[in-house]
Amino acid sequence: MKYLGIDSVRPRIAVFELTGCEGCELQLANKEETLAAFLDAVEVVNFREISSSSSDDYDIAFVDGAVSRADEVERLEVIREHAKVLVALGSCACFGGVSRLKNAFDLNEANREVYGDRPQETLPVRAVSEVVAVDLEIPGCPVSKDEVERIVQHLIWDVPYHFPAYPVCLECKQRYTVCTYEVGLLCLGPITRAGCNAPCPAGGLGCWGCRGPAVEANAEEFLTTVHERGFTNDEIAERMSFFGGFEGLLP
Amino acid sequence: MRVDIDVRHLARIEGHGNIVVRIADGDLKEARWDVVETPRFFEVMLKGKHFSAAGILAARICGICSISHCLTAVRATERAFGVTVPDAAARLRLLAKHGETIQSHVLHFFFLAAPDFLGLSSAIPLVEADPEVLQRALRLKGLANRLCDAVAGRTTHPVAFQPGGVSMVPEKRVLSAIRNELEDGLDDLHATARLLATFEIPDFERETEFVALRGEREYPFIGGRLVSSDGVERAENEYLEMTNEAVVAGNTSKWSSLSRESYAVGPLARCNLNFELLHPEARQIAANLGLAPLCHNPFMAHVARLVECVHCAHEAIRLVDEIVSSGDEPAMVAVAPVAGEGVGAVEAPRGILFHHYRYGGDGRIESANCVVPTAQNNGNIHRDLPDFVRQMVESGVNDDQRLELLCSMLVRSYDPCLSCSVH
Repeated sequence: MKYLGIDSVRPRIAVFELTGCEGCELQLANKEETLAAFLDAVEVVNFREISSSSSDDYDIAFVDGAVSRADEVERLEVIREHAKVLVALGSCACFGGVSRLKNAFDLNEANREVYGDRPQETLPVRAVSEVVAVDLEIPGCPVSKDEVERIVQHLIWDVPYHFPAYPVCLECKQRYTVCTYEVGLLCLGPITRAGCNAPCPAGGLGCWGCRGPAVEANAEEFLTTVHERGFTNDEIAERMSFFGGFEGLLP
Repeated sequence: MRVDIDVRHLARIEGHGNIVVRIADGDLKEARWDVVETPRFFEVMLKGKHFSAAGILAARICGICSISHCLTAVRATERAFGVTVPDAAARLRLLAKHGETIQSHVLHFFFLAAPDFLGLSSAIPLVEADPEVLQRALRLKGLANRLCDAVAGRTTHPVAFQPGGVSMVPEKRVLSAIRNELEDGLDDLHATARLLATFEIPDFERETEFVALRGEREYPFIGGRLVSSDGVERAENEYLEMTNEAVVAGNTSKWSSLSRESYAVGPLARCNLNFELLHPEARQIAANLGLAPLCHNPFMAHVARLVECVHCAHEAIRLVDEIVSSGDEPAMVAVAPVAGEGVGAVEAPRGILFHHYRYGGDGRIESANCVVPTAQNNGNIHRDLPDFVRQMVESGVNDDQRLELLCSMLVRSYDPCLSCSVH
């Protein structure tokens, strides 16, 4: 790709998936209106889900999914060795995601329930950063391709990317969504990191906190307000545990 | 003749699976399809969850067919509680399903399957080699994703579907704009059919039992009777008698069987069992590309997917017209949980999908079971492999590389989704 006659640097990118639904790496092939330009701005050298050619010579590794088996730990360590920059892509990679809900159960019993007398190897779910050093985390279930595109541009320019410090509430205001609390439902929008453009409150679901805590979240005021609206600590804690992003912050 | 094929983590499919083929002294010693995807234990994680969370959690089983998983969970829940959703909601759910089917099939055709027939390792080189084909792929995929965005609130992991109906009704002017895109999309689908006609589809048949929902008046997507091409017929609640899952060594995915050792689900099964219910234009494309029921060549699933895209585009246009000309009827009814169980069956892009929940009176899940399309297909893929290798060798294929490509293409023809199948 050239701009004003100057060749841009095309980083060599690789995409890997661990325990998860591969929905985040699928987002990389979405946003079709700019996909051709995106594929021109980077050199995809390893992306098993869409390509049968592969190379271990890459600059940026995107890792989708959580860690829940020994072979994934080994693969992750190799990826860390090869990558100049390792990006955790999506809530599973960043916090464990919904897969982390498994950790609340006895894994031997879980195995018996699903596989009977032929149990499968499984470890408690961990985020990628609990196994290797991570350079950048892009949360979301799934990630927003808009945001991934912006971040990749920053990686190409070698300029730090700043996530919004404000919570999801601001994005609801921007798109004129009626506040979820006004229709009587629980919402984690006041304490969750923005950047998703708030699709869930707009869809009538309220925010489930897939992007983890906002930098400027006022947790104390949030709890007071939510208690006033009649929600219990159990309900709030259950919601905050759904994607695993609020570990250590539960009421 | 000696062949050693050992594909670890086959590329251009969703999830992690291995192909092993060994021929020594001209004898086929081994031909295996093994799924090694990491299990997530969704059936355990669903336990204790409130009914309002079932669809949201179940959607995360799959990053490609999350709308199907969400709708199946919601349907199972509604059947457990005896809830019937308003027509307005049923129409919107079906419209989202059509968006998902087109999105998934187009993704598979252009990005996962076509590179094999075009001699490429991926669709990425098309940026320079054939920008027209790439642009067509992106227009079709983009249109399907915009349809899902508008109706489901998001393309992956929908936000609009709750027990009782839909919680977000799209604006009619947005749907009208998508209707225009769908009309143009049909031209792109016809052009895609002409491209597919140039592909060399391997000539392979193995007599197979096919299982799908049976439509009564319409090609089936959400709910209905379960039928097999060997003559088995069951009600939705009797899905366990159709699926008969078993754990097999070396696989994190279970396998299914019915009248034979294995059976197949998916677009080919649906076409085989509901051909007369397809839109006439879809049937015409099937005829042009040589697909007629009962077809036992798994590679013809490529044709079946395209045929379904044409059908879904027409059906989506019809649904948009219905929705746009209807009044603002309520799309949600109140839901009161009761103790009981419910089964939901939905035709996901890769085949028939079942969720089964038992609820306590508090509206929380006591037990859950999910039987996923690719889990039903995995045993059949495994049983196809040895016959396929023998037929290919007999037809003169004798080098490792060509045989490995053909075996990979066989697996890809099922469009397996292994994260889903293991869940």
